[in-house]
Amino acid sequence: MDVLEIARWQFGITTVYHFLMVPLTIGLGVTVAVMQTAWHRTGKAEYLRMTKFWGKLFLINFIMGVATGLVQEFQFGMAWSEYSRFVGDVFGAPLAMEALLAFFVESIFLGLWIFGWDRLPKRIHLATIWCASLATVFSAYFILVANSWMQHPVGTEMIDGRAVMTDAWAVFTNSTAMVTFPHTIFGAFAVAGGFLLGISWYHLYKRRHAGIDTVDATGRVIVGESATLGKNRDKVDYKVWIKSLRIGAVVAMISFAGVALSGHAQAQLMIEQQPMKMAAAEAACHDGTGFSLLSIGDLRSGGATTCDDVVGVFEIPGLLSFLAHENFTTEVKGVNTLLPEYQEKYGTHLPDDPMYGDRAGSEINYLPVMEVTYWGFRLMITLGGLSAVAAAVALWLTRKGTVPLNKWISRLALFGMLAPFGANSAGWIFTEMGRQPFVVAPNPSFEGIDQVFMYTAAAVSPGVSAGEMLFSLIALTSIYAFLLVVEVVLLTRYIRGGIGSAMPEFHERPGDGDNDQDTDALSFAY
Amino acid sequence: MDFLPTLWFILIAILWTGYLFLEGFDLGVGMLMKLFAKNEKQRRVLLNTVGPVWDGNEVWLITAGAATFAAFPYWYASLFSALYIPLTLVLVALIFRAVAFEYRGKAHTLAVRNAWDWAIFLGSFIAAFGVGAMLALSTTGLPLNANGDRVGGPFAWFNQYAVLGGIGVVAFSLIHALAFLGLKTDGDIRDRAAKLLARWLPVALLPLACWAIAVVWINASLAALAPLLLAVVAMVFAWIQARARREGWAFIGLGVFLLAGVAAIFTAAYPNVLPSTIDAAYNLTVSNASSTPYTLRLMSIVAAFGLPAVLAYQTWTYWVFRKRITESHIPAAHPVIPII
Ligand code: HDD
Ligand code: HEM
Ligand code: HEM
Repeated sequence: MDVLEIARWQFGITTVYHFLMVPLTIGLGVTVAVMQTAWHRTGKAEYLRMTKFWGKLFLINFIMGVATGLVQEFQFGMAWSEYSRFVGDVFGAPLAMEALLAFFVESIFLGLWIFGWDRLPKRIHLATIWCASLATVFSAYFILVANSWMQHPVGTEMIDGRAVMTDAWAVFTNSTAMVTFPHTIFGAFAVAGGFLLGISWYHLYKRRHAGIDTVDATGRVIVGESATLGKNRDKVDYKVWIKSLRIGAVVAMISFAGVALSGHAQAQLMIEQQPMKMAAAEAACHDGTGFSLLSIGDLRSGGATTCDDVVGVFEIPGLLSFLAHENFTTEVKGVNTLLPEYQEKYGTHLPDDPMYGDRAGSEINYLPVMEVTYWGFRLMITLGGLSAVAAAVALWLTRKGTVPLNKWISRLALFGMLAPFGANSAGWIFTEMGRQPFVVAPNPSFEGIDQVFMYTAAAVSPGVSAGEMLFSLIALTSIYAFLLVVEVVLLTRYIRGGIGSAMPEFHERPGDGDNDQDTDALSFAY
Repeated sequence: MDFLPTLWFILIAILWTGYLFLEGFDLGVGMLMKLFAKNEKQRRVLLNTVGPVWDGNEVWLITAGAATFAAFPYWYASLFSALYIPLTLVLVALIFRAVAFEYRGKAHTLAVRNAWDWAIFLGSFIAAFGVGAMLALSTTGLPLNANGDRVGGPFAWFNQYAVLGGIGVVAFSLIHALAFLGLKTDGDIRDRAAKLLARWLPVALLPLACWAIAVVWINASLAALAPLLLAVVAMVFAWIQARARREGWAFIGLGVFLLAGVAAIFTAAYPNVLPSTIDAAYNLTVSNASSTPYTLRLMSIVAAFGLPAVLAYQTWTYWVFRKRITESHIPAAHPVIPII
């Protein structure tokens, strides 16, 4: 493998990994803030316990988002120095704003929230979680502005061989960013919804399994109490789980409506801005109107599938046109139409420039890896749709106050938590790989700035050797794999520990009870 | 007149100063977890002195990196790609350190907790050393060609300045952390920290001072003599205060030393942001490495709002968590008992 390929694998792996933590941080952060607000308003114990329990899981996940985000921030300069030189004038700005305006708020206010229980006045403490969680949403906006600019470079001119910002307003209100932002945020809430739902289901199931909760003749729940926990905690815990479950299911369903609507808007933009990505997403060789449900290529011919191998097996007529144009007849361009257009506009071969390394002068393949775009697109929609249906079914099954005593459904609920994560990863992989061979995709819909684009082949650091790149790829990938295991083990332990695991005040603590002012120096300790 | 690039050069110097000042003591505390704390209680005291604040401190690093990207893309690209391997190690170190802070207390066995301690110790050490080496090399130069790319292989950056800068930041962090512990704790930890501080302060500041002197010397910069002198005065002042066990003043003295030292280094290096050791014609300077005035103006407006706000609420955090922490404050570890 050469430097370019290793760098791409590294970027792909580290970003997808970062984006496992990110949606949970965004979705769960706001959800926990809402729970704490409910506690603040009502004073009910179950909301406090909810806040503590989900807050704990939120923190375990948050820290991994921070650790992996660091790599992203440095990676542009380390592995993609030509890219950084080319785009820095435009792309650096949202990144720097993200750090200055969002990351500081996030991490400082989260520190206040974790350690500030009982030390800060209640209202202010509530404000800290709101600041921190809204900052995660804010940070998403900035980074998505940066990413959207790569998908659709606006507000920019080419001067002296680099992209130069001429209109900041255009960059920050990029049409692509305006639809990607809601799509990504809704995607994040889908993750949080599934997470709440799956874990609450599991706890309710365990309560039934242990005989704590039972049902009467009509199937209505009779909330019980186990002898060991006592102190009225069990009844409150029941409320925590059932309410969390319902919140999760509703959030997941609303989120799916949100991603579907915003995804539709994205598809319409994509037809204009990156027609090849849409064609590849549909594996559509010829112009057409149908949305493919299943297409297969001839994979035996070796190498990537070319367009002529693809056979549409089943498609819904008109749906693609509806997705793209909101009517059923306007044809969406296929690969065979687009390829000559791209070749005419951007050339058939890479320039004979040393910046392209070994690839200088080689033929450009304008067709993204179709298997990935096609299946990525479908996986995203399918997994999202499945979890929305699952959420609706879950609400119905729990209408009488508890879950059915069925081991398999409870396993499915736990497993189903993964679906929205998968949908998010699939969405990103589709978006990013569908953009190839460009790292900054050309913008065909505006006059004059069509020249702002960059081939991925030109973006990698020329001074870095394949050996160095391989070293970091192996180091980061193995550390990430290890840390994933650590995170999952810890999350599992805290999930199984239930609410008590997040509320140490239920355990005896030395110094508790005596009113010495000095002992409140710490309300939480690592 | 390169007004805006110069302004951004200063702002980036400020961001690095902020980083070294704030994360300085938490990196130092991380190293002291192994070097200084006598037992588990003391380790937890140390950890909790920085617990609420370390993440916010680390954002100074992220912001310094991102601001360099926005204001000096060529500097960002050349420096980070040239130092590929050391920066990878720094990132790995910071990953482990961050995760260890959060997960250490959740460990169930001594062995695991001990492993996280090592992660904190090594993570802090490698991060401090790496960042020091990187900054020292940025001010003394790297073997860069006309395009700003490193020549000479993955380790071509390695030289005496890298070592000097690395040791400089490690030693400063350690001593700064001792002063910080003097302010944040009480009892045995505070006493021992004060003694060590008074004994080691001048030795610990020496490498950083040497780095500053070297940069001033190489560039024969007269303008940098004033801050350099201030740094020396601050060092003497801090030492006197440390010996008199006035930890607050010693801490402030160290802060002034850092500020003046970094100011001397950056003043002497100006207008270079990253010199090339191959040919002075390839030097990256404030004018040839910067973004356009349009972008810099936009960023200046954002920084004019953002930076004071950050300073305000970060200061407030330190005020909220101003109480001294002692061993008696540390609650017993609470094990997580699976109920299902
Ligand atoms: C849509 C959202 C989104 C996307 C696409 C990315 N991130 Fe991210 N990032 C976040 C949303 C986020 C977040 C939700 O704000 C995180 C997750 C956990 C956290 O602490 O904040 C975060 C953390 C985080 C941190 C640590 C912040 C801290 O210490 O508080 C850094 C440095 C980055 N990210 C940088 C990046 C870069 C350079 C990306 C581009 C490749 C990137 N992130 C993609
Ligand atoms: C603002 C955020 C992002 C930026 C600036 C960004 C930028 C980049 C860059 C520079 C590359 C390398 C060039 C290439 O191979 O195409 C890349 C590739 C990639 N990115 Fe993104 N990315 C962002 C977000 C994400 C996220 C959140 C994900 C997924 C979770 C993602 C997934 C990928 C993948 C899978 C690749 C590899 C594509 C390939 O190798 O063909 N990206 N992106
Ligand atoms: C009906 C359902 C959906 C439709 C029509 C849809 C449509 C799209 C489209 C067209 C893109 C590509 C945008 C581009 O490259 O310019 C995209 C990207 C993406 N999708 Fe979806 N999507 C749907 C459901 C989901 C679900 C359920 C999730 C996650 C839970 C999700 C997460 C993502 C993510 C993370 C991206 C990449 C970021 C972005 O470009 O916004 N999508 N989606």
